[in-house]
Amino acid sequence: MSESIRDKVIAIIAEQAVLEPGDVSMDATLQDLGIDSLGLVESIFAIEEAFDIQVPFNANEPEASDFDISSVAAIVAAVEALVAEQKST
Amino acid sequence: MRRVVITGQGTINALGHDVPQTLEAMREGRCGIGPLELRDVERLSVKIGGQVTGYDPEALFNRQQIALYDRFTQFTLIAARQALHGAGLTFAGDLAARSGVVFGTAGGGVNTWDENYRSVYEEGKNRVHPFVVPKLMNNAAASHVSMEWNLKGPSFSVATACASSNHAMGLAFQLIRGGGADVMITGGSEAMLSFGGIKAWEGLRVMSKDACRPFSANRNGMVQGEGAAVFVFEEYEHAKQRGAEILAEVVGFAMTSDAADIVMPSQQGAARAITGALRDARLDPSAIGYINAHGTGTAANDKVECAAVAHAFGHHADDLMISSTKSMHGHLIGGTGAVELLACIMALRDGIIAPTIGYEEPDPECALDVVPNVAREAKVGAVLSNAFAFGGLNAVLALRAAP
Repeated sequence: MSESIRDKVIAIIAEQAVLEPGDVSMDATLQDLGIDSLGLVESIFAIEEAFDIQVPFNANEPEASDFDISSVAAIVAAVEALVAEQKST
Repeated sequence: MRRVVITGQGTINALGHDVPQTLEAMREGRCGIGPLELRDVERLSVKIGGQVTGYDPEALFNRQQIALYDRFTQFTLIAARQALHGAGLTFAGDLAARSGVVFGTAGGGVNTWDENYRSVYEEGKNRVHPFVVPKLMNNAAASHVSMEWNLKGPSFSVATACASSNHAMGLAFQLIRGGGADVMITGGSEAMLSFGGIKAWEGLRVMSKDACRPFSANRNGMVQGEGAAVFVFEEYEHAKQRGAEILAEVVGFAMTSDAADIVMPSQQGAARAITGALRDARLDPSAIGYINAHGTGTAANDKVECAAVAHAFGHHADDLMISSTKSMHGHLIGGTGAVELLACIMALRDGIIAPTIGYEEPDPECALDVVPNVAREAKVGAVLSNAFAFGGLNAVLALRAAP
């Protein structure tokens, strides 16, 4: 399960960055990958659609939300946590 | 050079159903933002807005009119009645031919779109009311005002997102100054607080779920409002000859385009619009005592706007006052500049500067005098009104006290 979340998130980020999934390293930041604020909001939308979850993210205070976007690994971990929390019924 | 003065004003918005109520709320720093009441609100993640409350269209319009008037047109007509009543003008003959209407709106009849999409998509109906098109079109408000007051000169609507009203009023000013009209009814209106209208904004993730706190370090986004404000712009000699009460003079206008990004603001584009309005008005920057800010309460706008003001005014930026009344009435999108012009006129006429309410923590990136939380008495001779739209379209107006 966890493996597939990681692969799906990387695929979404890779598509936004116009890269091959293999070229997206886990420690890369969105800035490294050339993803700007609109690209980030679009990626979060794609993540919500792919996993049918709600991501708490306000572009005005990205650091204030629980959703950590500091690196690809952080985003994957945050999505895993949200899936576990919102799908655990 | 022909001069342009304001001889009438009217409004309906979250702070009040007319100008005195609205100005009283601004003086008291009252917040018109509250829980939204609308269909399917439980499916929204943003549940607050600056909604017009206590509103009964049946008391103001007959059944045939309501069938033709979307909420944004109703708001416009209510504000226009007040403005034209105050101006004391009637239009016939040559004056009618030399008078027109230009209004800003970003969305036009959003509620009409929303309701009729529901009916054909959600309810599966195959028939809609015959007036859907004349009700939803962006120019409906301008057209109904032209019809109700017999205005036969240039009339049109302007849609430049959050700068629509300032663009509209700037064009009205230029039309009169340039000789294309003697009287222009102008301002703007928005009624986007419908399920679809709010859902679209939610998607961008720039909305606050609790309050609009412009320039405050803990600001977390914009809050939508609704309503209209309408003004009578009139050629100065014409107004003087008939002994009209002059509320303020419109002295300058500038528009610029960032040519950069579809949502992120540009300091340079905003500063060029501010400097351009001052130059057009032949005002020295030191003459400006107050700026009604665009001040949306988003992280990006407020810091870029403060940097633009600091750049355009140099040292004088520390001496002037700048406030965002969106903290009280919300962001009326295409109608916002019109409602905000009321605060500019109040500053010039009454010497009262409307505050930026909800201000909690200073932000070093917004280190200007933002008139936090409490209105202030101050005599100002000239003011600016800023509007910076998505799409990088900027429009700044300069006003001076009545001659």
